[in-house]
Amino acid sequence: MTATPVPVRAAPPRPRRYVNRDQLLAILVVLPSIIATAIFVYGFIGWSLRVSLSNWTGLMPDYTFAGLRQYLELFRDARFAIDVRNTAIFTTIFLTSCLALGLFLAILLDQRLRGENFFRSVFLFPMAISFIVTGVVWRWLMNSATGTRITGINLLFQELGLDSLISRWHLTDPPWGIAFVAIPAVWQMAGFTMALYLGGLRAISEDLREAARVDGASEFQMYRYVIMPLLNPVTLSAVIILGHISLKIFDLIVAISQNSIALDVPGVYMWRTTFDGNNYGRGAAIGIIMLMTVAILIVPYLIYSMRSEEEA
Amino acid sequence: MNPQMTRRLTRPLLYLILILMAAFFLMPVYLLLITGLKSFAEVDLQRMWALPSGIHFDNFILAYEKLAPNLWNSMRLVIPAAIISSIVGSLNGYVFSKWRFKYSDVIFTLLLFGMFIPYQAILIPLVQFMEFLGLRGSISGLVLVHVIYGIAITTLIFRNYYAGVPTEVLEAGRIDGAGFVGLYRHVVFPLSIPAFVVVLIWQFTQAYNDFLFAVVLTGNRTWPVTVALNNMAGSQIVQWNVQMAGALLTALPTLLIYIFLGRYFLRGLMAGALKG
Repeated sequence: MTATPVPVRAAPPRPRRYVNRDQLLAILVVLPSIIATAIFVYGFIGWSLRVSLSNWTGLMPDYTFAGLRQYLELFRDARFAIDVRNTAIFTTIFLTSCLALGLFLAILLDQRLRGENFFRSVFLFPMAISFIVTGVVWRWLMNSATGTRITGINLLFQELGLDSLISRWHLTDPPWGIAFVAIPAVWQMAGFTMALYLGGLRAISEDLREAARVDGASEFQMYRYVIMPLLNPVTLSAVIILGHISLKIFDLIVAISQNSIALDVPGVYMWRTTFDGNNYGRGAAIGIIMLMTVAILIVPYLIYSMRSEEEA
Repeated sequence: MNPQMTRRLTRPLLYLILILMAAFFLMPVYLLLITGLKSFAEVDLQRMWALPSGIHFDNFILAYEKLAPNLWNSMRLVIPAAIISSIVGSLNGYVFSKWRFKYSDVIFTLLLFGMFIPYQAILIPLVQFMEFLGLRGSISGLVLVHVIYGIAITTLIFRNYYAGVPTEVLEAGRIDGAGFVGLYRHVVFPLSIPAFVVVLIWQFTQAYNDFLFAVVLTGNRTWPVTVALNNMAGSQIVQWNVQMAGALLTALPTLLIYIFLGRYFLRGLMAGALKG
């Protein structure tokens, strides 16, 4: 490498990093991505924010400044209240079920059983499928017809003599209909949570387990007091990933609910009110609220990830 | 009880639980398959779980006739999107791991944020902008959108992968006189095949399974299969058995990838968990 050229004049001393041709090339290579992200992510967020502060309704853009009107209207809006409540119920059930089921499956698979690979693949395959496919199939599985027209999982329950389990599923009266939509969502994401936990479990050394056993801990005690605390970082990652998926949930709801307001969530409301109702101002406000909710979860996590990487 | 005996007692129980869980996970697939293979005459909602009398392809043929143009649209979308994304990701990952510059870590973190945003927060400007560029309604416009919003995850996967390439290997190349381009071509790129597979699969699956971008940026001639399937399921005219066959057809490309390249698929998934 060439040495940094010595400045001829001594004063003022200008600290100058020497940038060679290759380093410049490197920056040029990432520049298009940086510009694209600056426009399509940050620029568009700013643009959305601007739209959310306007009265824009109808096909022609109207940027007349309206202050926080759209937000205030949303907070008084009955449909948005349903959305917030639905998101809270859905997220709670989806998160706790995924974590519990994922951890349970991971511990089962951690027992060095035969067929481990098979089971792992079976639990994980729904991840490869579109939420739309999942929604279309589960809509038929969770069919709520009764009597002679009974079908779907209810029919299975009836044939197995489990009549008490027969359910109206997602057509249950509000607010609990949305809770049943969490079932297909868990079906789709529990395997992913399992894979995260299994990765965590496999990273714990056998010596540590042996030590616990030597100290007289039962298998349960070993998991509860030795292994679980070590899995906390995995749980944190899982909560972040699943949480942000849940707050953004959209296609699954579209495919299952087919326009039912009782199952509405902010993602669907935004889409409908903007592109069917031409309420651009309101749609943008919903989008910004969704972004802020997700950001509360993601930004600290991103900063934490970057810091811990620097320390490493 | 000694541990040996506990083991002998609990093993069958463990297997029983696992088999029940596997049945739960496979139930929708079972339903899709048996419904798809029934003849029109035996399709009956009240006999949903009964096995078909023989193997009939009527449902699949009808569903394929309805969805074929959309499946084709999806392929025209997904293949270029996956290829372009992986090239962009590889070059970015190379720079962010081996050619770090001032503030590059900060910029990288800012790029990553794009991976998590709810797209509803950028949807209105995106539609306006694509309209302005004359790309709304076209598949190439949708390719561009998937490439751009894929920058974060693809860069992340390659960056993490290249972080495992020892700096000494690059130093050796540098002593031999290789620069930015030479090091990439002769040292880094030949090592990246596994990362390329991971990213190609990841982007293929993401773009294929996407619904939101597709539904606002394409028109009925350019709908990818997810949009077409959702419309088919929402219509009163199409029978449920044909919907099921359509759902299976739609799921097939990504399912096949999962079955044959599952290992790589899982790696992409884990990269999504950042440090996982």
